[in-house]
Amino acid sequence: MRLWLEGVGIAGPGLCGWHATRTVLLGEADYVHAPTVLTASSLLPAAERRRIGVPVKLALAVGCEAFAGAARDPASTATVFTSSGGDGENVHQICETLASAEREVSPTRFHNSVHNAAAGYWSIATGTREPSTSICAYDWSFAAGLLEAAAQIAADRSPVALIAYDQQYPPPLKAVRPIDSNFGVALLLVPGPTAHTFATLDVSFGSGAAKATAMTLPALDAVRAGVPAGRSLPLLEALARRIEQAVVLECGAASHLCVVVAPC
Amino acid sequence: MNALGAGKREIAEALRSARTGLAPCRFETVELDTFVGEVAGLDSMTVRADLSAYDCRNNRLAQRGLECDGFSAAVESAAGQYGRARIGVFVATSTSGILEAELAYRHRDPTTGALPLAFNYAQTQNSYSLGDFVQRYLGLEGPVFVVSSACSSSAKVFGNAARMIASGVCDAAVVGGVDTLCLTTLYGFNSLGLLSHQPCRPYDVARDGISIGEGAGFALIEKESAKIESGIIRLLGVGDSGDAHHMSTPHPEGLGARLAMQRALASAGLQASDIDYINLHGTGTRTNDASEDRAVFELFGSGTPCSSTKGSTGHLLGAAGVTEVIISMLAIEHDLMPGGRPTVDIDPELRSRYLLENRPGRIDRVLSNSFGFGGSNSSLVLGRAG
Repeated sequence: MRLWLEGVGIAGPGLCGWHATRTVLLGEADYVHAPTVLTASSLLPAAERRRIGVPVKLALAVGCEAFAGAARDPASTATVFTSSGGDGENVHQICETLASAEREVSPTRFHNSVHNAAAGYWSIATGTREPSTSICAYDWSFAAGLLEAAAQIAADRSPVALIAYDQQYPPPLKAVRPIDSNFGVALLLVPGPTAHTFATLDVSFGSGAAKATAMTLPALDAVRAGVPAGRSLPLLEALARRIEQAVVLECGAASHLCVVVAPC
Repeated sequence: MNALGAGKREIAEALRSARTGLAPCRFETVELDTFVGEVAGLDSMTVRADLSAYDCRNNRLAQRGLECDGFSAAVESAAGQYGRARIGVFVATSTSGILEAELAYRHRDPTTGALPLAFNYAQTQNSYSLGDFVQRYLGLEGPVFVVSSACSSSAKVFGNAARMIASGVCDAAVVGGVDTLCLTTLYGFNSLGLLSHQPCRPYDVARDGISIGEGAGFALIEKESAKIESGIIRLLGVGDSGDAHHMSTPHPEGLGARLAMQRALASAGLQASDIDYINLHGTGTRTNDASEDRAVFELFGSGTPCSSTKGSTGHLLGAAGVTEVIISMLAIEHDLMPGGRPTVDIDPELRSRYLLENRPGRIDRVLSNSFGFGGSNSSLVLGRAG
């Protein structure tokens, strides 16, 4: 399945936006580990902005960045959201409340607990009524989202924004689900070349385990391995280099995706 | 499988005889004045021994569902035909095994706050647990992921299967949805004032909210074949949309709902007049039913019979979509449109043709609606094959 890429958005530890991240991936700038910078989207009305957690902030920020570079209207673009678990802070608060005598769950926390919260806020923020789905595949959520985006483009021949995000969990969930950093990544994918496309991705699903492509820099490989959405980094490194490269992503415990990245 | 029974025959019989699965809530330690559709026997079973790490209420119900109607045997037969790596698993849940986390939080270490060692996050609480469990249970090797878009989740997976087959990634797919009772949804919907104090009455003038149920439903989707066997139902159209309005309240004019239905009809190449029966989302809240009614009336007028079966099953949340697709298939198979019980007095402000009683008659094509939090809408069109 061949996809054309129009835009990238990224927010990770020491990785702030695609432009700056590209220079790090090319070795033109040093990688400096720092907490992920979170910006609240100005697209949301103030009342909604106060209600959102880290995952929604990540999703909105990287989604907006991917669209900004491509001059495409998010209101007319389908979306695939993918996350290994959504808002862990919110789940923690609800579980604490339910373990207390009163069990008075906050209505806002409850509606924010749905896995498609980011998709819902994105729809409110951008005004899009286009099809949207919200996927979870644990550590392999980015690859599963990319597979779904590829199948949508192959079947429907219309643009898709893939938005992947994961959040560090608070204790005590942190001990049972260690995630090293907050990380979001967005790819704006279209079915054919446009004035803004700069790479193609040929995506194929393979049964059987395969070794995932690692990052050149050990510090970045630690980021890749430390947060599920960070599994996208080898694909971004291939994009930054502007050479043809086959990237392997694990897509489940015993299957993988092969993504051939090529400049165009 | 749900509070109405195990398997197609029991559920069809329950619908035919107007039996409800709803009863006053006695679940766990919950003290709420509401009715639920609870599945009996889940506390006294465990999942298959080789998958014991996945043992939780949600996966137990998944296993019970997979063993209904010879489903796992049908998948095994398809695996022989297509190969295990050519069959995908696209299943849905809204809360997965969150009940395990809710219980674990009652037993935190008093000093460190740590959760009990027995709590297994990845194989129970995480949403992917369901997909992982189903794939391993059935011994499949194709792509697997979980869709979790609140109450539209298990309608959306039909679209995933259709696209994976159309794009050549799979030849067949297991789709489905499983959701089980937990404190998060019971106390959460209660906090929004959306829990009914009676068995929910969709479209009734006195409707006062939802009744939560639990259930599992699965379907095996295969690529188009020259050979059409009797009993095969065709997935004719898929339509998804967003509301772009509010996280927990539907668009008042039903804009998103209408778009989803229009897209499903367009993808099926059908007109509204081609639909014989609509299985509504029909949750029984004031705003949901009013919004859906407006969308249905504007598209279909007051002629197309429709009903909600949530007063029989309860609202199965992430399992509602697939369950109502299966009920729609039963409507086609048995030539019977189920009445939308226990509704008595249809709200005079709602203008669609809501059925109070079962109605016999040939049904060739059905539209099924599923709408969820976040303004996530999904409509499907199914039809008799051949």
